[in-house]
Amino acid sequence: MSAIKFKVNGKPASFSGAPFRRLLDVLREDLGLTGTKEGCGEGECGACTVLLDGEPVNACLIPVCQAEGRAVETVESLGTSKKLSALQACFLDKGGAQCGICTPGMLMTATAYLREAPKADDAAVRQALAGNLCRCTGYQHIVDSVLAALPRPKPAKKRSSRARK
Amino acid sequence: MTAVGKSLHRREGPDKLRGVAKYIDDYVFPNCLHGVTLRSTISCGRVLKVEQDPAFDWSEFTVATAADIPGKNCVPFLQEDQLLLARDRVNHPMEPIALVAHASRERAYEALAHFRVEYAPEEPALTMEDSLRLRRTIYPPDNVFKDILISKGDTAHGFAGAHVVVEGEYRVPWQEQAYIENNGMAAYFDSDGTLVAMGSMQCPYYVHKALKVIFDLPAPRVRVIQTTTGGGFGGKEDYPSVLAGHAALLAWKAKRPVKIVYDRTEDMAATTKRHPAKVRHRSGFDREGRLSAQDIDVVMDGGAYMTLSPVVLSRGAIHAAGPYACPNVRIRARAVATNTPPNGAFRGFGAPQTLFAAELHMDKAARTLGLDPAELRRRNILREGSVTATGQVLRTSVGMDEALEATLQMSRWPALRASCEKWNASSRKTWRGAGLAAVYHGSGFTGSGEVYLASKAGIALTREGRVKVLAASTEIGQGTNTMFAQIAADALGIPASLVDVETPDTAKVPDSGPTVASRTCMVVGGLVAKAAAKLKAELAPRGKFPNTQAALRRAAASLCAGAPQREFIAQYEKPAEIQWDDRTYSGDAYGSFGYAAMVAHVEVDRSTYEVRVLKLWTAQEIGRAVNPALAEGQIIGGSAQAVGYALYENPIFRDGRMVNASLTNYVIPTAPDTPPMEVALLEKPYRHGPFGAKGLGEMPMDVPGPAIAAAVHHATGVWVPKLPILPEDLAAALPA
Amino acid sequence: MRVLSPSDADAAVAAMRDNPGALALAGGTDLMVSWNVGALNGRTVVDLSRIAAWRRIEMGPASVRIGALATHAEIQRHPALRRHFPLLVEACATVGAAQIQNRGTLGGNVANASPAGDSFPPLAVYEAKVLCVSGSGRRVLPLDEVFAGVKKTHLAAGELIEAIDLPLPARPPDRRFFRKVGSRLAQTISKAMGAGLLWLGPDGRVEDIRVAFGSVAPTVRRLRRAEALLRGQPLTPELAAEAVALLPEDVSPIDDIRSTRAYRLRVCGNVLRDFLLEDAR
Repeated sequence: MSAIKFKVNGKPASFSGAPFRRLLDVLREDLGLTGTKEGCGEGECGACTVLLDGEPVNACLIPVCQAEGRAVETVESLGTSKKLSALQACFLDKGGAQCGICTPGMLMTATAYLREAPKADDAAVRQALAGNLCRCTGYQHIVDSVLAALPRPKPAKKRSSRARK
Repeated sequence: MTAVGKSLHRREGPDKLRGVAKYIDDYVFPNCLHGVTLRSTISCGRVLKVEQDPAFDWSEFTVATAADIPGKNCVPFLQEDQLLLARDRVNHPMEPIALVAHASRERAYEALAHFRVEYAPEEPALTMEDSLRLRRTIYPPDNVFKDILISKGDTAHGFAGAHVVVEGEYRVPWQEQAYIENNGMAAYFDSDGTLVAMGSMQCPYYVHKALKVIFDLPAPRVRVIQTTTGGGFGGKEDYPSVLAGHAALLAWKAKRPVKIVYDRTEDMAATTKRHPAKVRHRSGFDREGRLSAQDIDVVMDGGAYMTLSPVVLSRGAIHAAGPYACPNVRIRARAVATNTPPNGAFRGFGAPQTLFAAELHMDKAARTLGLDPAELRRRNILREGSVTATGQVLRTSVGMDEALEATLQMSRWPALRASCEKWNASSRKTWRGAGLAAVYHGSGFTGSGEVYLASKAGIALTREGRVKVLAASTEIGQGTNTMFAQIAADALGIPASLVDVETPDTAKVPDSGPTVASRTCMVVGGLVAKAAAKLKAELAPRGKFPNTQAALRRAAASLCAGAPQREFIAQYEKPAEIQWDDRTYSGDAYGSFGYAAMVAHVEVDRSTYEVRVLKLWTAQEIGRAVNPALAEGQIIGGSAQAVGYALYENPIFRDGRMVNASLTNYVIPTAPDTPPMEVALLEKPYRHGPFGAKGLGEMPMDVPGPAIAAAVHHATGVWVPKLPILPEDLAAALPA
Repeated sequence: MRVLSPSDADAAVAAMRDNPGALALAGGTDLMVSWNVGALNGRTVVDLSRIAAWRRIEMGPASVRIGALATHAEIQRHPALRRHFPLLVEACATVGAAQIQNRGTLGGNVANASPAGDSFPPLAVYEAKVLCVSGSGRRVLPLDEVFAGVKKTHLAAGELIEAIDLPLPARPPDRRFFRKVGSRLAQTISKAMGAGLLWLGPDGRVEDIRVAFGSVAPTVRRLRRAEALLRGQPLTPELAAEAVALLPEDVSPIDDIRSTRAYRLRVCGNVLRDFLLEDAR
């Protein structure tokens, strides 16, 4: 069996095991990229979202043989320990991550969304993120984070007030 | 510069955002085996024989059964009725019988098909009704794990003088925590024989206690370490003790590290859920709409074993009367056994169930009395000086009135209600409605719970000149790390950047109690502040505390006397004025309560009966917001879970087993299903909470259920006294 | 587990012929779920994803031909489909979420034959034809002759779907609808869904009508009885009620973990009534 060759985060990668091994397992166990998470194993939660040729996909539903010759992007491609990416910085600032398990997948879906140069629209962001389940945040701070990362940020809507009595 | 009150960034945020925070499944243990669980296939009966297929090659597998347990075969909680592995009988259909480990997870699963278990099935009691009728005695003599009676005044007198009596029955189902990281645990034995368990958990010392008993080991020979935890919500309060016992047993037998990570179906079907409940209300009101009597009966389904059910029931019972001052109250609450997997902790811990009933019942009462729901609440809510059902006099930090009025104002309640009615008169496609709910939620353990826990937390000054918080309270997404650092920083008067938070590792941190019950900030945060005060008293009794790392390092040189760090530990002491009597269930049930109100605006499709929440407004009085952004995150996130509880989450059980155990078939809200929310944080500081803080993590779970149910009624006129409210329910009730 | 990866149609047909019982893999969004729970261990898989010709969407003189491997996302983006077959575009936008739409294919959706296949009601009202190929040659099946039951098709062993043909209607419909009712707004399996096309004559009477519902029978169902009743008639509330009353003749919903027979019938009736009595969108 010849090795399956593809790109991960811009660098060549290859895999010589079972062609039906899930891309998720190849990333996590064979390539050591554990930033991509598993939440359900059936394409429902989106925690394993990576970009395949730029499009968000569930890595738990892709046999590695179908990644042959293609470009995979994972959360590890975003920021560095020295400098978070602009989107990651917005998530940190707006509280887009809580327990963090959905966060890598959420960031990858949001990355693809932001590349389409969308408009600042709460409902559109929610729709774009529909394939990524989050149980901690109630999504609002995630949506705020994505909106804040838009190229021309609109002034954030004031959602909360605080009074001291 | 002060830290408390500022929205500092989440401490572990950058690691989580870069994908480098390590969850249990991200750890690689050399030579590790994967463990899987053989479970019962019947709901109730005797186990006659467990056989391994002799034709199957078992040589590469490690198999463990009850006979292999070196210590006691149990999962110790309030009682030891639940076995770690079943022996001669099973009481629910997911009961573990044997464990298998193999280097390949796939092969381990494959081996499960090569067991043959012979049963003598018995007639099960699958529902609360079956249980109370003693269709099967699961917990002798009467299947009742706990029976609570709360009594105040004279209800007979209260009803006799009532102008109106309102009755109702309310039901809520199981709810699955649905954290996105499944339960997972790894265990191994160190070279010196110490048992180490690492994994996803809320309460390291619960796991520690269980492993001591199961392996008959002294405390220092057991070490439990929390790994980054992908959500808990109560679902990782008690169950990790089971999982750790299983992983450790396989590791003990295989003499190799063993990891067990559940897949989603096993996690949903086998681990604990919110208790289903049935609540009956009978309440009397005087002519002015003031409560004269409340008679409330609560039954909760505990599942097959006791686990934490009495404590869940206790919180449910204490909150059952709602945030109202009524002179005559009787609350009877029972938790019963059924042949279903044990139910356990889930954010709110019994209160969302009983508060749903109490609040929807108030909505019904408002209609009966011809009063606006807001007005009825105004006339009855708890205020300073009010006395609760348990006889607790609320002296300070009582924010119900403020939370109610702020919520009404934010939502423009009268105008909102009117706009819905106007809409319904003209729209052919949808109905709209607005509903209100008000709740209170006790912070910390119930009654004498905190006294029994006697939690400890500490502060260390390290040789490097950094301050370290020592607590077993876990970061599970809610912001523990950040909040502790803020409290420690302000208690010492140093920048929060000089504070670290130690990993919850029983070898390194004292037992600060479980990470539950909205207690981490108020109780443990208070201990952190107290420990910090000890350090301060030692280091700078009069002068200024050093507030740079260089100055701290200099101070540490003498204080640590050569050790890597010097620790100061504080232990919980009950404030003198808190008095609770467990025998009569009366007194100060909680040191303090948080208060919240919510208005829900919903739209119902007139052709498909689908309900959509358009918006939620909520004001929540939490004493003091140590980190407002994190507090708001808790409120929005908790409310979203409760939107799921109200409209989507519908566990389906057959023969005691959850049949829709997957994220495809158990439906939680996605981003488009979750409404925008407007949140106001109100602060009436509590004197015994750190910087005035009370608990806040659970309360958001209490409010949306009844607010949404009331709004659906306002929209459609259909009364659905249960959750979830499904389109099928509305279709069945509405004329074609 | 053996994987064959043919790069053209002939090789794919040969692979299926030479490996009886082989599974055809397109986008994997269904097949991988079964694989992940261990249900497919030991099977031979023929991965079709490299057959570039089966990915194309082509506008012909009288029809649009959608390659079996065109994804739900590609269908949504295609200008000819957006213009001529908007119901299919709408339906594809409700399949799972972006991650699934980027992988799942129309041919895979049809071959999988789920009662809840989101694209099926639109395909049924557009009177799609399914182009199949096997070792014994090519054949064209009308959509309703493809489905045999829940997750069952009439495709022969080793037969593959290479494209779906959508004939252009003689003139655009005067009214249309697609409606999916699930357990939540996004990423949901339908409880019931429907699609409809309506042409009105110059006299305002129904010239032609096609309505299909999914998730309410083992396979997608055209409302043949109601359609026959409505043709040639003026749309009145009474007639609409009669058409709604005929629903149980064409659909047979069940109680299951997602919903109930009563709810499904009720909703289909309401949606049909709305379509018949409300103005064109």
